[in-house]
Amino acid sequence: MHIDPSVVDWSRAQFALTALYHWIFVPLTLGLTFIVAIMETIYVKTGDEWWKKTTKFWMGLLAINFAIGVATGIIMEFEFGTNWSNYSWIVGDIFGAPLAIEGIMAFFMESTFFTVMFFGWDKVSKKAHLISTWLVAIGSNLSALWILVANGWMQHPVGMRFNPDTARNEMVNFWDVLFNPNAYVKFLHTISSGYVLAALFVISVSSYYLLKRREIKFAKRSIMVAASFGLIVSLFNLTTGDDSARQAALSQPMKLAAMEGLYNGKSRAPIVAVGVLNPKKRYDNNESDFLFHIDVPDGLSLLGFHSFDAYVPGIKQLVLGDKEHKIESVTSKMAKGKEAVTALKAYKDAKAKGDKEAMKVALAKFNANSKYLGYGYLKKPSDVVPNVPTTFYAFHTMVACGFWFIALFVIILYLVMTNELEQKRWLLKAALWSLPLGYIAQEAGWIVAEVGRQPWAIQDMLPVNMATSNITSSPVMITFWLFAILFTALLIAEVKIMTKQIAIGPKEA
Amino acid sequence: MFEKLSYLQLQEYWWFLIALLAALFVFMNFVQGGQSLLWSLAKNEDEKDLIVNSLGQKWELGFTTLVMFGGALFAAFPLFYATSFGGAYYVWMAILFCYIIQAVAYEYRKKPNNVFGEKTYETFLFINGSLGIILVGTALGTLFSGGNFVVNSMHLSHWTKSSYGLEAVLNPFNVAFGFMLFFLARIQAALYFINSVDDENIIKRAKIVLKYESIIFLILFAYVAYSIFTMTGYTYDPITKVVSKEPLKYLHNLLAMPIVTGTLGLGVVLLLSGIVAGLKQSAKGIWLSGIGTVLVVIALFLILGYNHTAYYPSLANMQSSLTIENSSGSRYTLVAMSYVSLIVPFVLSYIIWAWRAMNSKKMTIEEIKNDPHHY
Repeated sequence: MHIDPSVVDWSRAQFALTALYHWIFVPLTLGLTFIVAIMETIYVKTGDEWWKKTTKFWMGLLAINFAIGVATGIIMEFEFGTNWSNYSWIVGDIFGAPLAIEGIMAFFMESTFFTVMFFGWDKVSKKAHLISTWLVAIGSNLSALWILVANGWMQHPVGMRFNPDTARNEMVNFWDVLFNPNAYVKFLHTISSGYVLAALFVISVSSYYLLKRREIKFAKRSIMVAASFGLIVSLFNLTTGDDSARQAALSQPMKLAAMEGLYNGKSRAPIVAVGVLNPKKRYDNNESDFLFHIDVPDGLSLLGFHSFDAYVPGIKQLVLGDKEHKIESVTSKMAKGKEAVTALKAYKDAKAKGDKEAMKVALAKFNANSKYLGYGYLKKPSDVVPNVPTTFYAFHTMVACGFWFIALFVIILYLVMTNELEQKRWLLKAALWSLPLGYIAQEAGWIVAEVGRQPWAIQDMLPVNMATSNITSSPVMITFWLFAILFTALLIAEVKIMTKQIAIGPKEA
Repeated sequence: MFEKLSYLQLQEYWWFLIALLAALFVFMNFVQGGQSLLWSLAKNEDEKDLIVNSLGQKWELGFTTLVMFGGALFAAFPLFYATSFGGAYYVWMAILFCYIIQAVAYEYRKKPNNVFGEKTYETFLFINGSLGIILVGTALGTLFSGGNFVVNSMHLSHWTKSSYGLEAVLNPFNVAFGFMLFFLARIQAALYFINSVDDENIIKRAKIVLKYESIIFLILFAYVAYSIFTMTGYTYDPITKVVSKEPLKYLHNLLAMPIVTGTLGLGVVLLLSGIVAGLKQSAKGIWLSGIGTVLVVIALFLILGYNHTAYYPSLANMQSSLTIENSSGSRYTLVAMSYVSLIVPFVLSYIIWAWRAMNSKKMTIEEIKNDPHHY
């Protein structure tokens, strides 16, 4: 089946656009639901009406964010069908399950108790209300769990086998899919990053009040809750980030190489703390990798394999192969992949004719090469190299922001506890302006995860050029622009409404 | 326990769950119906707020049911998901746009500094409540009337018309299906307001809507039912799986499955009695008609998918038609997902708890004015 290459580009662009927009709103929901649940718990425990008012204020901001998160989210689920129709058949048997479980287990919980949380203050008991608030937090995080199980499976497919009769991958072990190491590391790293963002949000808004010298008690108490929460979760985020890199080293070595701009594999590989890539560098030339760089010695070997001496393969070895380190070349994998594609076709043709002998021969040939099926759809070996600058800079931006947030939480927590925060206006300004960095770090993280695994929709199994719908590019292009316009308009409205509510403040809320 | 079921029984079980979700979704469309009635039922700002807030506590449930409907189709019948969404592209995208704008409209409508003004967000609600539902109904109509797709030997599909699904609106049956759903949503909305809003003027106007639009709905319903039970459907051989045309297929299915016939009959009776109850201003109207709607939709879906019927006929290549057997997930996945489905009663029970808690007494304008967080 011929697929128009521009459909692949437009489908990727549309998915990137909608996912990046959706991800502006999700992390804040993931974290802020917990922060309001903690605040409401304090209210219920102490009976202090002040905490109720504070809870309600943050809840109001949560609702503004939540609505647009829902709006941008619905498209994501259906896009698999509309724009990635082949994908939906080829892996839908595994991928569809977590999406459906997300709906039944998480979305109903979230939406049902969200209504109770917002409108049920006088309609249910205090305790039932508190439970509802916690269930919103748990529901939204459960939803993250299932979608990240799905995404983790795309990065590291497990628990399935290819069925030549149906020409698709089918699930053979649900628990392998659920307990996929890539999935739970991704889940923990993603939700903890959401908590970090929510903590930054609360600190940033509160810093704005302190700078304006208003809502002092409210701001300081909110900062106390948020900075404590933020410090714990940012440290946790650091450890899960380390695990994520290790997962990449094990199952997506090309992604790790791109994240670090590592063209030539080596033992005792350093990690680049700061660097500028050489734009002329390709895996098959001898240009130097960087124009400028500062390294942490042995860092990458340690990060990827938890050993100073470990060998980390570079982009060159991953494309051309390396006998010493038992790395097969892409050319060889592509040849086997093409054998698999041909054998699968021969099997289907023989089956249609009812030729059992030919089916047997074709099946044996297919089974011998089925592991490489995805490579059979690639056009040239260099297709397996993702966009290195995008992956590299996104990764380094995310990491730099992450370390800054830890430092910020430590300093702010210390100063708020010693009651000196209000005087440190430079720090309040820094805290205020750290919020955009939080969003940048969030988006950068997903860029690393998704750009870094190109060209694969499913790692090593299904390249994006085989995964799209069999349509012309115009419907995808038209809807891309419609989404771009609509989401931008809604984002503008959201930001305006949110900033207005913040300006009004908790007193009037 | 699910392991003991045959593959076909699992496929039937999952088709039943799809039918149930579709039925609950159609019931929840009263939210959309209410949105489309906003400007006709409310004559001042207070009344508008009352309507928006009474629907505002329910919209997410309908929205989530739609998302769940998509997710369940993806997991249980991935070939439908791939074929219909990836083929009837424009129709599904248009539906999604109608839902995207709904999701922000409630929250942003009254907020200061909302950039586009209250009227715009009300228009979003109107578009979702009218065009959105009519398109959903049109898309559902194609399950009977068919789509222009081809599925190849690798089970990959493509659409044969460059209008990518928009051609469905040229078929009067599909359009009638869409409008039938639209008027059903509006009469259900009228019944919902009678049940849950304490405002004489709104109730009075809701009763007028109920009185006249029930007639339009019933005419459309009669036309759609007549069309379905007289149309030629696609059947398939249980052994060879070869698809062929069968005149009066859906009528045959109805006669072959007496339980489904009973469900349909009971559903229609309850739906009608709900309308009558509503005209007498009984709060029970929405529940009678709601349960009736659920039963009717389930019955229609079972007639569509059971008894060796192609539930999504292909107009481009008959043998590409989708059946619950050729479009489902693997046996393993259906078993695993069947275990997951055991939490459905638990989910339904907390939804019922929340509904009862939130609707324990009728909503008034004063109540909204006293709640600073109202929509």
